[in-house]
Amino acid sequence: MNKNACVRKLLTKRFGEINPGSIDDYISRGGYDSLRKALAMSGGDIINEIKNSGLKGRGGAAFPTGLKMQAVKEAGGSPKYIICNADEGEPGNFKDRYLMENDPHQLIEGIIICAYATGIKHGYIFIRGEYARAAAMVEKALEQARIRGFLGDNILDAGFDFDIDVYTGAGSYVCGEEFALLVTIEGKSGRATYKPPFPTTCGLYNKPTQINNVETFCNIPHIIEMGGAEFSKIGTDSSKGTKLVCLSGNVVRPGLYEVVFGTSIKDIIYGLGGGIPNNREIKMIQLGGASGPVIPSDMSDLPLDYASMRENDLNFGSGAIIVMDERINVLDILKRIIGFFHHESCGKCTPCREGLAQTLILLDRFIEGVAVEKDLALLGILIETMSEASICGLGQAAPTAIKKVLQYFPEEFQSRIHATDSAAV
Amino acid sequence: MQVKEALEKFGRTPDKLIGAMLAYQKTTPCNYLTQEDIREFAKETGLPESRVHSVASFYSLLSTKPRGKYIIQVCHDVPCYVNNSTNVVIELEQRLKTKMGQTTDDGLFSLEYSSCLGCCDKAPAMQIGDNLYGNLTAEKISSVLAEHRRKSHE
Ligand SMILES: Cc1cc2nc3c(=O)[nH]c(=O)nc-3n(C[C@H](O)[C@H](O)[C@H](O)COP(=O)(O)O)c2cc1C
Ligand code: SF4
Ligand code: FES
Repeated sequence: MNKNACVRKLLTKRFGEINPGSIDDYISRGGYDSLRKALAMSGGDIINEIKNSGLKGRGGAAFPTGLKMQAVKEAGGSPKYIICNADEGEPGNFKDRYLMENDPHQLIEGIIICAYATGIKHGYIFIRGEYARAAAMVEKALEQARIRGFLGDNILDAGFDFDIDVYTGAGSYVCGEEFALLVTIEGKSGRATYKPPFPTTCGLYNKPTQINNVETFCNIPHIIEMGGAEFSKIGTDSSKGTKLVCLSGNVVRPGLYEVVFGTSIKDIIYGLGGGIPNNREIKMIQLGGASGPVIPSDMSDLPLDYASMRENDLNFGSGAIIVMDERINVLDILKRIIGFFHHESCGKCTPCREGLAQTLILLDRFIEGVAVEKDLALLGILIETMSEASICGLGQAAPTAIKKVLQYFPEEFQSRIHATDSAAV
Repeated sequence: MQVKEALEKFGRTPDKLIGAMLAYQKTTPCNYLTQEDIREFAKETGLPESRVHSVASFYSLLSTKPRGKYIIQVCHDVPCYVNNSTNVVIELEQRLKTKMGQTTDDGLFSLEYSSCLGCCDKAPAMQIGDNLYGNLTAEKISSVLAEHRRKSHE
């Protein structure tokens, strides 16, 4: 395979070529031209371009960005807010950190364009507390943008006022969930709530709020620059543009790769990542991060494509690919994943709080080899309840990896069922 | 820094509380918020003490228990785990003569587990304060510890 066939640098094109601390470098590479272009357009026209581009949210849920913006624009109530979700807590993900550290103005430009299109005056960038360096880069870039008149009152004499505050989190995964994020900004403990209403109508301080992921915003200047129709030529029918992929685990060249949608997982692992150290075999691949599905290596021909994934009841979330080689113990990995969610659960609802604790106990029974047939049935009921009855995405998605191990690697559980099982049941 | 100072710098509205608490905590000798501190934050912001306490105990970067001057957070999520993060923990425990979750006798280092640090491409990884360390080896761990010991004498 030609390893460059799937690479297309759009969001990462300036990485390493500009000094991310210099706004002049950014401007010399066409930076803020899209903002100028956008300010000459109407908000409605900008939203149309974004709709035509086919851009879907890169935070995991793949909601069409243009529709979200339209909902915010049409929602009653003021002021409205725009929030960039840079909480990036999903294990296996680091793309948003790279975007902020290597090209912070691209993100800022994207947010300003969206705020102008939806008529918003105040924005936040919510950065996880662990990302001190990214936060410092973004703060510095914001200050530079203010001095140049890209932020503040009467931006570029277009009669548009807008500014952005940085808000840093304090170490909590669930705060990446929209409502938990909103209440954290309001200065409360980050706990999720039921939806609807959605933030587009009832967000920060109960006002209409646009929340998007860092990578989503970073696409905006490119869409404005090339036009929505042109952008939509990149990728596949269901998936437009490029995707930043965070490749990690047992792989020769882990790292951040920007690929065109439609690239296969195998080409990413072997073509870009150089395969598995010491030519070991792949045991399992986790897509999206801890909350994502796991697949066996013989499914790695699957492309990064929303439709193909959906057909297989899979998703690639925010774009992590975690490779695990033949040496791993599958149940041990599941225990770690569930342990993560157990630690990060906000504890508000029973299916998630208690379900995760019970799942850990059950997993231990399999790991210790004392599980009986009944435990398998119990595990099935437990994870079903969690997916169905948890309030927020954390509890709903936490059992995904277990579900997929039961589907693709049933022997991992079966082989651990105690031999005297029939007597015990 | 005093609680008052932190709030003056950040602002007294509820949305500034977490930032002010983080900044204040950094300046305390044992990296945590005492019951007294929490009471003062409540008084100064006009928020109920229970609310301030719930915030202080919810977030993993805030602590209501005393900790070391430097907090070593070792990532133990899957990408780091399959790259032998367990060895990092063993190495640290041996060098620091302490256990995970505890603080060294000299009060210099606390050892904690952490969720993914967003550094999985350089697994295994750990963080001390604002500094991230990836591709950890025994040698690298030793030099990072030495660097912090030196710094603590400055
Ligand atoms: C538990 C949980 C954690 C999440 N963490 C993040 C995160 O760190 N970053 C992010 O962009 N979205 C995260 N999301 C998704 C957001 O709720 C939201 O869908 C996203 O920010 C919307 O942006 P997008 O449309 O641009 O993808 C999380 C969701 C859940 C349920
Ligand atoms: S699902 Fe878990 S994280 Fe979400 S609200 Fe319920 S307890 Fe909290
Ligand atoms: S899993 Fe360790 S840094 Fe991401």
